Amino acid sequence: MNPVVNDFSIRIATPNGTGSQTSNIVIQRALIQMGLIASSKNLFPSNIAGLPTWFQIRVSPGGWQTMNPQWQVLLPLNQATIGRDLRESAPNTAVIENSDWKTADSEFKGLCRYSVPFDQLARKITNAKLRPRLKNLIYVGVVAQLFDIPMETIRGSLQTVFPGKEAVVDLNMEAAQIGFDFAAENLTKQDPWKFAPADQVGDQILLDGNEAAALGAIWGGVSVMAWYPITPASSLAEAVEKHIGRCRENDPEGRKRFVVIQAEDELAAIGIALGAGWAGARSMTSTSGPGISLMAENLGLGYFAEIPTVVYDIQRVGPSTGLPTRTQQSDVLQVAFHSHGDTRFPFLLPASPIESFQFSCQAYDLAEKYQVPVLFLSDLDLGMNSWMSDPIPEPDTDFNRGKIATDEVIARLDNWGRYRDVDGDGIPYRTIPGVTLHPDAAHLTRGSGHDEDAEYSESPEVYSQNLDRLARKIDGMVVDLPAPIRQDGDTTLGVIAYGTTDMAMQEALDSLERKPSYLRLRSFPFHPEVESFIDDHEQVLVIEQNQQGQMAQLLRMNFPQLAARIQSATYYGGLPLSAGFVKDSIEPSRRVEA
Amino acid sequence: MNEAPKKPATNALGLAKSDYKGGPSTMCKGCGHDRISEAVIQASYDLGIDAQNILKMSGIGCSSKTPAYFLGNAMGLNSTHGRMPSFATGAHVANTTMSPIGVSGDGDSASIGMGQFVHILRRNPKMVYIIENNGVYGLTKGQFSATADRKSPSKRGEFPREASIDLCGLALELGAAFIGRSFSGDKKQLVPLLKAALSFDGLAFLDVISPCVTFNNHEGSTKSYTHQKEMGVTFHDPHYVSPQDQIDIEYSEGDLHEVTLHDGSRLLLRKLERDFDPTDRTDSFAALQGTRNKGEILTGLIHIDMEAESLATNAGMTNDSLASLMQGDLRPAAGVLDKINDGFRI
Repeated sequence: MNPVVNDFSIRIATPNGTGSQTSNIVIQRALIQMGLIASSKNLFPSNIAGLPTWFQIRVSPGGWQTMNPQWQVLLPLNQATIGRDLRESAPNTAVIENSDWKTADSEFKGLCRYSVPFDQLARKITNAKLRPRLKNLIYVGVVAQLFDIPMETIRGSLQTVFPGKEAVVDLNMEAAQIGFDFAAENLTKQDPWKFAPADQVGDQILLDGNEAAALGAIWGGVSVMAWYPITPASSLAEAVEKHIGRCRENDPEGRKRFVVIQAEDELAAIGIALGAGWAGARSMTSTSGPGISLMAENLGLGYFAEIPTVVYDIQRVGPSTGLPTRTQQSDVLQVAFHSHGDTRFPFLLPASPIESFQFSCQAYDLAEKYQVPVLFLSDLDLGMNSWMSDPIPEPDTDFNRGKIATDEVIARLDNWGRYRDVDGDGIPYRTIPGVTLHPDAAHLTRGSGHDEDAEYSESPEVYSQNLDRLARKIDGMVVDLPAPIRQDGDTTLGVIAYGTTDMAMQEALDSLERKPSYLRLRSFPFHPEVESFIDDHEQVLVIEQNQQGQMAQLLRMNFPQLAARIQSATYYGGLPLSAGFVKDSIEPSRRVEA
Repeated sequence: MNEAPKKPATNALGLAKSDYKGGPSTMCKGCGHDRISEAVIQASYDLGIDAQNILKMSGIGCSSKTPAYFLGNAMGLNSTHGRMPSFATGAHVANTTMSPIGVSGDGDSASIGMGQFVHILRRNPKMVYIIENNGVYGLTKGQFSATADRKSPSKRGEFPREASIDLCGLALELGAAFIGRSFSGDKKQLVPLLKAALSFDGLAFLDVISPCVTFNNHEGSTKSYTHQKEMGVTFHDPHYVSPQDQIDIEYSEGDLHEVTLHDGSRLLLRKLERDFDPTDRTDSFAALQGTRNKGEILTGLIHIDMEAESLATNAGMTNDSLASLMQGDLRPAAGVLDKINDGFRI
């Protein structure tokens, strides 16, 4: 049998909350230490302990980090799902089973079976108290032996998981060695899969998008964060709190130059963020679908009263509670026109940890320059899965706090008003209480109708003109928003995608002989380049992770003259998108007609 | 000989009381809310407050419109219905050098905004939180609010079907640090309470009964001027003494409770016929419940806790305004990101 080196996926099925995550991460990190880009997808339940969880590790010659829907190695270590896990496996999948469970032989038909008595082996672990958790390390040793991960690399990996805790590393190594020794003595290699050292990693780091976004917020100068716990956005707020205390310098008295408030709900979280933005601090909140829905009314106030803040929406599966621990891109239309009345919110579409950092950092400048809540639209796959990435580069731009109505500015502009467009770009000069001290500047910011001087007004002309100015202001943002990225191909088909769909898209494009052109959206409102891309192609396929083709609809709405060209391919099952889905969608016969 | 034109009286800042006014009120003639605005003006003038250091915060409803009618030199934010507390919290933490005065109503705080009311009391930011309490939704033409008493009929003779909420009792239960109740018609009590509230480092909650002359001032209403005059009781006469002031009234020992506030000012509470110790939460509960059992409405300082830590203190926040921090203060130094990147290397 010819070995297949560094081109397969391992799927590990375990019950949630049993400590298997450590073992899974140890395998992933050992592979990275071997120089492999080892990506992981954690398919976890909305549950603290007991429900099934799957962890999938993938290595490939191209270093692709997208979900591989088919696995070549299976560890069905959850009795609740073993039947299904085996049935869903392709023929010849290498299966490492717990032989103490006495699963019927017929279940393994066509599979390459390795039987390991995990329960019996666990009794060899000397520390009886820690046995239930250390037991999971046995399968690490079995995997290492069967697929050629050196045990010293397992130790090195454990040292990154438990830095400075050599005794803990030793305990874990003992259990891993039990598995390794059993496999060496009892198992005969019958499958072609193996790992070998490679040179894929270089200078790359491993992090998730939420942590990268959190760092972007700190580098962007956030000083007020209010949030309410929600999967999959909690880890973003928690990462802000973890890092900001360490890397934001205290004042000379040793007091903090930031505050974090865990609010009672998302209504309060966005209220606190907007209150802080109104008072002149750089502020944020992070949430997901249900929280975004709750924030609607206050975001409308932010839009209409022109208050800067940054809202992170880490999308999960909707509608309603949906699947809290699965991924989707289904908040696009809601966010674009959030709240009642005529609104249009700018949003950013990061597709990688680096963009998570950069767009997050940039969002504070955009919010303040354009005096509007800016939305950062990530998703669970980017936010919570860990990704290999180039190191995060230092931001190369300085803060832009936009037009502030200082006393000097008010004196210079003889006709200043809080909402007066003196520069013709729709952007007024905003006040900051305590900074704007001019006697004419004091006013009441309100969500009710207001004129250019912020006075209450019910005048039809004043109302329409104000909405028109707001629309002009939002239109003008395209010059500062991240522009789309275009890759020209050699067919008449153009494909549009965004966010995490990009990873599957890149892998699919790489495998296609005749490639369509590809435009990756990175923000809304749409850049003029989006229109010319559609105009340049007879057919445009928008691939995205929601049922209704939300971005396709938004594009048709924005470019009605080109609407007939725009078609839609959608996946909305909640798993990270695979390159296979993208490839199939690009095949004309499989295309979903709009 | 011509007399020089009489100069108006001025305060420590050299400002006249008229400098603390806002725009003309659009409340109904005789509305209790206008009296509360006047009390805010009086207290701010007496204290010599620079209005530019005040943030006027409100929600939605008649009461929430009133920040337009006082302290015209202060910035304000008229937010969404029931959400004043969160906006005020955000504005406060962004710049703790300024003092928020939040104005809300019984609809705004006791119904739609109950969650925010409850949690801001737990959070204890330095601010004054006034609820202009009239038991009725005025702007939507007279529906009952959650503070309307079961026995208090509407103008059309209907009675509320649901139990009323006593906001002071609730605040006591929640551990609020400063709880006062007053009556828009009792300036002598309201103004010193407001001054103490403005001097307090924490959330000072004032539940002010403020009759709605249009929808809830009729016979039988328990939020009417007449009812409050008949059934309002107070155990103490409040007197505020600023740090610079000498006491200009004489008290004999044992006649008063004295509370020294965070800025050195003092609140002197002269005992009347009945007494309780407002620094003792159990005593405050007893006084509130005892009067309620008799159908009385207790006003005055109901509770004060000088030990409670404010949000900014508890969070270890800088005394500087976060809003004025520059890139150099906020963005980590060059090299910090490299170290963080290193931490992500496997």
